[in-house]
Amino acid sequence: MMMSESRKHITEYLKKGLRLDGRKLDEFREVSVEYGISKNAEGSARVKIGGTEVLAGVKLNIGTPYSDRPDEGTLMVGVELYPLASPEFESGPPSIDSIELARVVDRGIREAGAIDNKALCIEKGEKIWIVSVDICPINDEGNLFDAAGLAAIAAIMDAKFPKVEKDGTVNYKEKTKNSLPIKKRPIPVTVWRIGNELIVDPINEEEKSADARLTIASLSDGIICALQKGGDATLTVEDVDKMTDLALVKAKELRSKLGGKAK
Amino acid sequence: MSYTKRVDGRKSFTELRPITAKAGVIARADGSAYFKIGNTAAYAAVYGPRELHPRNKQIPTRGLLRCDYVMMPFSGMGDRVRPGPNRRAKEISMVTQKALDPVLDLQDYPNAVVDVFICLPETDAGSRCAGICAASIALADAGVPMKDLICAVSTGQVGDKVVVDLDYAEEAYSDGPVSDIPVAMIPSTGELTLLQMDGEISKKDLMEALKLVKESMNEIYEVQKNALKEKYPAGGDDDE
Amino acid sequence: MSGLTINDKDVVVPGEVLAEGMDYLPSHGTYRLDNTIRAGKLGLARIDGKVIKIIPLSGVYSPRRNDVIICKVFDVLMSGWRVNTFTPYSAMLSMKDGTNEFIMKGANLTKYHKIGDYIMCKVVNVTSQRLIDVTMKGPGLRKLDNGRFIRVNSHKVPRIIGKQGSMVSMVKNATGCRILVGQNGVVWVSGEPEMEILAIETIKKVEKESHVSGLTDAIKVFLEEKTGKKLETKAEEKSEPEGEQQ
Repeated sequence: MMMSESRKHITEYLKKGLRLDGRKLDEFREVSVEYGISKNAEGSARVKIGGTEVLAGVKLNIGTPYSDRPDEGTLMVGVELYPLASPEFESGPPSIDSIELARVVDRGIREAGAIDNKALCIEKGEKIWIVSVDICPINDEGNLFDAAGLAAIAAIMDAKFPKVEKDGTVNYKEKTKNSLPIKKRPIPVTVWRIGNELIVDPINEEEKSADARLTIASLSDGIICALQKGGDATLTVEDVDKMTDLALVKAKELRSKLGGKAK
Repeated sequence: MSYTKRVDGRKSFTELRPITAKAGVIARADGSAYFKIGNTAAYAAVYGPRELHPRNKQIPTRGLLRCDYVMMPFSGMGDRVRPGPNRRAKEISMVTQKALDPVLDLQDYPNAVVDVFICLPETDAGSRCAGICAASIALADAGVPMKDLICAVSTGQVGDKVVVDLDYAEEAYSDGPVSDIPVAMIPSTGELTLLQMDGEISKKDLMEALKLVKESMNEIYEVQKNALKEKYPAGGDDDE
Repeated sequence: MSGLTINDKDVVVPGEVLAEGMDYLPSHGTYRLDNTIRAGKLGLARIDGKVIKIIPLSGVYSPRRNDVIICKVFDVLMSGWRVNTFTPYSAMLSMKDGTNEFIMKGANLTKYHKIGDYIMCKVVNVTSQRLIDVTMKGPGLRKLDNGRFIRVNSHKVPRIIGKQGSMVSMVKNATGCRILVGQNGVVWVSGEPEMEILAIETIKKVEKESHVSGLTDAIKVFLEEKTGKKLETKAEEKSEPEGEQQ
């Protein structure tokens, strides 16, 4: 296991086109997606990127709509950074890191209109479906942003509506064959700047040495649907240009890992 | 009405649901394990012995064991489990700590802490027991000195039968009295480190239940042992 | 012999029965329970005559006097530095032990070692409350600049160093890297980037396959394949068993 590498050392490697583990600058570790990993969830998935492992689950409940959107269901995305996954996560109320992670993933899915909220309406003004997506990292070896985003989409793709009885109660023990009304499948890719070099899929040590990052969520047609800049340093417009190009290429690779489910 | 056939089709009343266990599943932790019984699954990660903060919790004569149990929001049938402080989880964290501590020897780690984190992605009754089983394997994996593993499973009564390893359907049985008794045990001595009960049971049936569950503990110990031995193959010499 | 329920070098788990009857004696990591001897931790059971002990396979490193370890400075004080030993206990490096130079009274010690510096040092003393003193005075002890640091299981350190340094020397020769192995499981590797990566990959391989016999040969083959160069096996390497020099 590696420790906090000096930024100087990492930049020397990057100048030679090398990462700390021998990868190229634009190379992802091995990515895998597994569906249906938790039977009680209406939908679930496990994503591994290298040693980083994340579980995501979808819960569906019937509730009342917001008064200003009486014909729309709701989607909420949460992230739990349990101390189980890393010696750097602490118990207690959500840290700003977990909040940022949740908001970035949420932005990439909800704001991008991944789910047709209107199709979640059961009875206008009265009853709608509430879709809750929860993402739980099990082991953090870097790049939780992309792993979490991919896991969330996979869990949403895996989800099936439970049976609703004639009297309106939900029978969670029986699943229907109906999937969620998915309109788009946004995939986030975070590009990190260390000095003058750009990398994707960092390990923990690289994340700590980075100057700035940009998370870019995109759709299958190459349209960008969410952006979030993070990190203490600045990004130039040229940086953004190069980062989005890289992200769009990588998103295509990640998208292929989702497999033949849905579209 | 008599309870004649188990809801999930198990042949005997003392039969455990299928179990899988694996050690070393969380690379960043010092020790870790996954333990699944039926549809109840638990991950456990151990960090430590490590420095303990805050200072006022430090014990100068030995290390401290700290346990934290949490269910993932999507783990249960039906409603989502809202994240955040949860009394039930806090109580389970405490009884888990009390269930594991008696076999640990933390004398060599004054002022330090061994943290055990348990998370469940899937629950179908018997969750605190699965957590304790996973935590046991994880503590051994982390090299913590312990005189034995801890085995845990529920026993109890469904209708007129004493059973071992109740699943959710049996806990919810409505055609007769039900008691759910989570038990944790030191397998080498038979001593109990966890004993709780929800429901109703006669004294006679209680003693019968405790007798039956003891045999199941050996089965669980074998699974935990194999999980550790799979991760640590026996080996050759240090020299060539 | 009768009484034993396991073989020498079996991996055993806590609570496992190692021997029955009163013929055998429990030693490090084992204990007697009624008529049995049992394992008190996960490890390798070793039988030496009538004595059974456990060699641990995992667990935190316990600092011992004279061990050479790699630490990281995390605090600078008036009288010295506090260093992270990568155990639950930090260590104190006093001013006089931190450097051979003459230090003016009231000088800013950051000049000599600052927070984040890695140092190779020797354990001078460990109290019962685990207060540890270390020194940098001694052959080979110094600050470690450049290079990369990785952490390995401290119980695998002897295997990584090898008999009389044979394993680590082989890795050094094949990669041209300088490698120092601390008893606390912290390893420093310094060389060309590609070679650092190979050295680290090799060390992790040794750590993972430490139980395999014939490992030195397997690692030799691995290194030759990766570098495309043949390695001479140096029979005896004159080096200290703890930390290697240059």
